[in-house]
Amino acid sequence: MKKLSISSKIYMALILIFLYAPIFVLIFFSFNEANSTSVFTHFSLKWYGELFRDTNTIKALKNTLVLAISSSVIATILGTAAAVGINAMRSKPLKTTVLTTTNIPMMNPDIVTGVSMMLLFVLVGKLVGIKGVLGFQTLLIAHITFNLPYVILSVLPRFKQMDNNLAEAAQDLGCTPAQSFFRVVLPSIMPGVLTGFIMSFTLSLDDFVISYFVSGPEFQTLPIRIYSMTKKRVTPDIYALSTIIFVSILVLLILINISQRKGENKIKTNNFTKEME
Amino acid sequence: MKKKASLSSKLISSPYIVWMIIFIVFPLLVVAYYSFTDMSGNFTLNNFNNLSRYAPIFTRSIWFGLVATLISLVISYPLAYIISQIPISKQKTIVLLVMLPMWMNFLLRTYSWMLLLEDTGIINNFLVKMGFSRLKLINTEAAVILGMVYNYLPYMILPLYSVMSKMDKSVIEAARDLGGNTTTVISKVVFPLSLPGVISGITMVFVPSVSTFYISQKLGGGKFPLIGDVIEMKFLVSYNYNVGATLSLVLMVLILICLFFMNKFADSEQGGIII
Repeated sequence: MKKLSISSKIYMALILIFLYAPIFVLIFFSFNEANSTSVFTHFSLKWYGELFRDTNTIKALKNTLVLAISSSVIATILGTAAAVGINAMRSKPLKTTVLTTTNIPMMNPDIVTGVSMMLLFVLVGKLVGIKGVLGFQTLLIAHITFNLPYVILSVLPRFKQMDNNLAEAAQDLGCTPAQSFFRVVLPSIMPGVLTGFIMSFTLSLDDFVISYFVSGPEFQTLPIRIYSMTKKRVTPDIYALSTIIFVSILVLLILINISQRKGENKIKTNNFTKEME
Repeated sequence: MKKKASLSSKLISSPYIVWMIIFIVFPLLVVAYYSFTDMSGNFTLNNFNNLSRYAPIFTRSIWFGLVATLISLVISYPLAYIISQIPISKQKTIVLLVMLPMWMNFLLRTYSWMLLLEDTGIINNFLVKMGFSRLKLINTEAAVILGMVYNYLPYMILPLYSVMSKMDKSVIEAARDLGGNTTTVISKVVFPLSLPGVISGITMVFVPSVSTFYISQKLGGGKFPLIGDVIEMKFLVSYNYNVGATLSLVLMVLILICLFFMNKFADSEQGGIII
């Protein structure tokens, strides 16, 4: 690997500044005494205190986490299973049909997905005769639906990289199909599964457009709450909240990164010792 | 033995297939149903006959989306290439840094740009302090496009990077050894090999840009309503589900057509390479 030129480094730095500038603005003003985003009076933690007194925001935060975790876990399991099945499909037309349909929520604008699910729920609600169908269940269904393609499409390519003979070899050597799946196939597609899970979790946490259409008044997620707040002028306690979210995700990512690196080093040294033998 | 295994692997995807039919295919049929009916549920084509009044908004949405996508591609391509050239351990860190802003709420990120671009916002205050005059930044077309580029840039960088990092480095080296200069190597080797990443990057930026409805409200000040704004209004302000469904259907079809042509283009490019 050659060393990066100075211009490459500057270019990378500029883009990172562009990506982070608005975030740092929010973090900076979350510590501002005054309720202003043009003048920084002096350092204060008062908006963090305000935030924890705002029960609606705290409740929305809890709702968002519950929704993100449940939808991404379900989508990862369902999606990984689907990817295994799709990979094993011998019939070309069936495979193409399933993959094309899977692509629809990704290709489709979020707003269309949101609108289409809302209309489905409203129509079913009308037929069954329930008023106010929109709530946690509809949000969960919608989130699982838009997460699924991301899981499937990040798992599927892993099969191409995997040697298909391995699974067969494991079975020839006496593994049951289930054993060969959990011991051979799953470990080799695991990076894809993890990527899919992380993507789902992120998308779910951050989703506003689809949630906006399929949520009801009782179950508000954080993005929906933020939306209703940014219609007026936002008070800095929202900046405080975004700072907390940002910092906790940063910490989480650093931890994941460290543990992954440790795992990789282990594998590297293992391989190395094997080669030495 | 093999047949048996593939049968159980086939069955494993059936819960998903059922889910897909109910929650992906069926909702689209419901959208079609609403767009061909009136408020009381009778068949009508009026929703489509009145579409021409939304034509300027559709045109603007597609235009803004195209510009934002092109800018994102131009910015991201060199970056993805640079990232793919650095040591693997550092690559991961940079990719995480690129992804991290996506965890920050999209609405807040956009709102923050409003704070930056306002007439008495951070950038303008800075300009005044430096002795320059204020610039009109917010409520312009440029601000809306900036919001799109900013919000969807990671979606362009990541697929490009993922293709480039998997690229066989020896192919690039071979091209260099055979006398290709940097421009030739990039245009004849790197770019064609990265095309799948380019296509998915374009898709992932273009689609949300065309259909966005928050960015234009906040950064365009309502002066440049996009098709997403109109759809949102139909559904959640004026409760006209039928017209809203029609606009959604048209938006969907327009985007599918765009994507279809793009994939065609990509296929023919790849065909050219084989020849």
